Amino acid sequence: MKKKLMALIMAGIMAVSALTGCGDNAGSDSAAVTGDGSGKLTGTLKLGMIGPLTGGAAIYGNAVKNGEQIAVDEINAISSDFKIEYNPQDDEHDAEKSVNAYNQLKDWGVQVIAGTVTTTPCIAVSAEANSDRVFMLTPSASSPDVVNGKDNVFQICFTDPNQGSASAQYIKDNNMATKVAVIYNNSDAYSTGIYQTFDSKAKELGLEIVSTTTFTDDTANDFSVQIADAQSNGADLLFLPMYYQPASLILQQCAASGYAPTFFGVDGMDGILTMDGFDPSLAEGVILLTPFSADATDTRTVNFVSKYNEKYGETPNQFAADGYDCPYAIYNALTKYAEANGGLDVSKLSAEQLCEILIGVFTDASFSTDGVTGNGMVWTANGEVNKAPKGMVIKNGVYVGL
Amino acid sequence: MLGNLINGISLGSIYAIIALGYTMVYGIAKMLNFAHGDVIMVGAYIAFYSISYFGMPALPALLLSIAVCTMLGIIIEKLAYKPLRNATSLAVLITAIGVSYFLQNAALLLWTSNTKVFPNIFANIGAIKIGSVQIAPVTLVTVFANIVIMLVLTLFTSKTKMGKAMRAVSEDKGAATLMGINVDRTISLTFAIGSGLAAIAGVLLCTAYPTLMPTTGAMPGIKAFTAAVFGGIGSIPGAMLGGILLGVIEIFAKAYISTQLSDAIVFAVLIIVLIVKPSGLLGRKINEKV
Repeated sequence: MKKKLMALIMAGIMAVSALTGCGDNAGSDSAAVTGDGSGKLTGTLKLGMIGPLTGGAAIYGNAVKNGEQIAVDEINAISSDFKIEYNPQDDEHDAEKSVNAYNQLKDWGVQVIAGTVTTTPCIAVSAEANSDRVFMLTPSASSPDVVNGKDNVFQICFTDPNQGSASAQYIKDNNMATKVAVIYNNSDAYSTGIYQTFDSKAKELGLEIVSTTTFTDDTANDFSVQIADAQSNGADLLFLPMYYQPASLILQQCAASGYAPTFFGVDGMDGILTMDGFDPSLAEGVILLTPFSADATDTRTVNFVSKYNEKYGETPNQFAADGYDCPYAIYNALTKYAEANGGLDVSKLSAEQLCEILIGVFTDASFSTDGVTGNGMVWTANGEVNKAPKGMVIKNGVYVGL
Repeated sequence: MLGNLINGISLGSIYAIIALGYTMVYGIAKMLNFAHGDVIMVGAYIAFYSISYFGMPALPALLLSIAVCTMLGIIIEKLAYKPLRNATSLAVLITAIGVSYFLQNAALLLWTSNTKVFPNIFANIGAIKIGSVQIAPVTLVTVFANIVIMLVLTLFTSKTKMGKAMRAVSEDKGAATLMGINVDRTISLTFAIGSGLAAIAGVLLCTAYPTLMPTTGAMPGIKAFTAAVFGGIGSIPGAMLGGILLGVIEIFAKAYISTQLSDAIVFAVLIIVLIVKPSGLLGRKINEKV
């Protein structure tokens, strides 16, 4: 028997090979690029995108690609002086393939990257892009590891932990609960990261957390103990910082045991309604914070949603919206620079020069941009975004903005 | 207290029904079929599509799922394990892991990674209430199914000719062949029965915890394997006892000690049991010839 257990352990061993790139860190000339005095943005920008267009995470990559494509088409229609050439590449949500896709974009002559879509590949590619000095704006890779220590990488989406403090703030500001229970996945960095910032923000705001329980990927089936703990401690709001699969089980088991608090989720909850066979009545009244709401009534969102529907035949999700905002943020930053420096012809610039220009604008406190995922987006020097999240509630099987 | 006990039994009965399939195959063929958890997943998908897409009632869907899994078990055995009948047990073990990955990835291609929600086949039966404690119908059905399967398997292996042949094969393949037993057919039959049990386990697992993905069977499979070892692998009543105890210990550890440490406690108990009783709770001690 012991021999067989040994064999089981051995079978689980996996080897991870790390590829290290050797980028030539040529010192870029610091002389500011100035234009002909027209103040106009001209030339053609080669914009690359990397994301999972096939494979298990393809739903995210294609949403981002579709969103970015719409934005690129719109920008190209604005004026005949400035065009974007757009080149999306597939990475199948694999770090190694993502670096290959990045090298392909380099061969193509990419100047700026609006990607990558998922976190693990993004960490690998951003390390390469950092040593090559290529500016990256990721629509959706939300881990702080994506931007930490890389001055050329910026995010359109919130970092994971920021969602926790934003949720606590939202619950407090709207007086949604007096007693809060939390269930989180302590084997998952996303879930644990959100819980930690939620917990510290809740303490700071005086929000009472009466029950904190955990599960792991291996015990994500039975939540009877966690639910009973929240119920017996009289929690009237259950905070669920996790993805939608375990959340759907919690909703089902709460319903079975007759416990009906306010359920409060994060962006990982997005997708629960599209699960094949899911009973939407279980998710009735679930609240989640997400930067994008497809049924918002502002003109920008309405325009984007109708174009997306027309072109791709579905309602855009949050990833599509993040993607849509990416080219606009880059375009707005370049326009701002052109206005301040007497014009800018991007065709003449190398990726390194554009990188320094864009870092300068994005970290400039006076630069802010509006999009469908939030108004007045500003960036910290670290590359994290600041914007106000929107609260959404599920009513009759659809998201409704609060 | 009583509520936690019921929750533990409901979780444990799921482990137990998976463990029965593990222990059945191990007891006869002396191999750990790590693909068992993935056959469970296939069974659950078959039932899911039969019920949700073709509108079949639960019972015919279950029978169809059993039939498909039995066929699948026989095919896997013929293609993957039979050519290795005389190979080392390590080679067979690695092949079983390969089959497990093959099934998971084939499911990923066929049914995509999108999570499916399994229909509640006991929707029109309400929960049974004893005082303030609720017992879900699926728990009662699972416990009942466990007892029936355990009794049938025990009777089958001790009374019928085929069952006796199975026990003979498990004790000594060479001698069994000399006595005129068709060893290949006996082992194929064992896999057929084990895979049929996997289909039942898949439907009950997904009724209790209704999310269905290509990896759904993997973790419960490992836990059930643990339960089978705990109860004494190869022993049919041991699998049931081990499964139920594992579930109860897991829930009690979560409820009274810590949700963070529950898995560590479960496996610590397993280690202690194996130190005190290396062949598991109900396992027979066999002196192996060296």
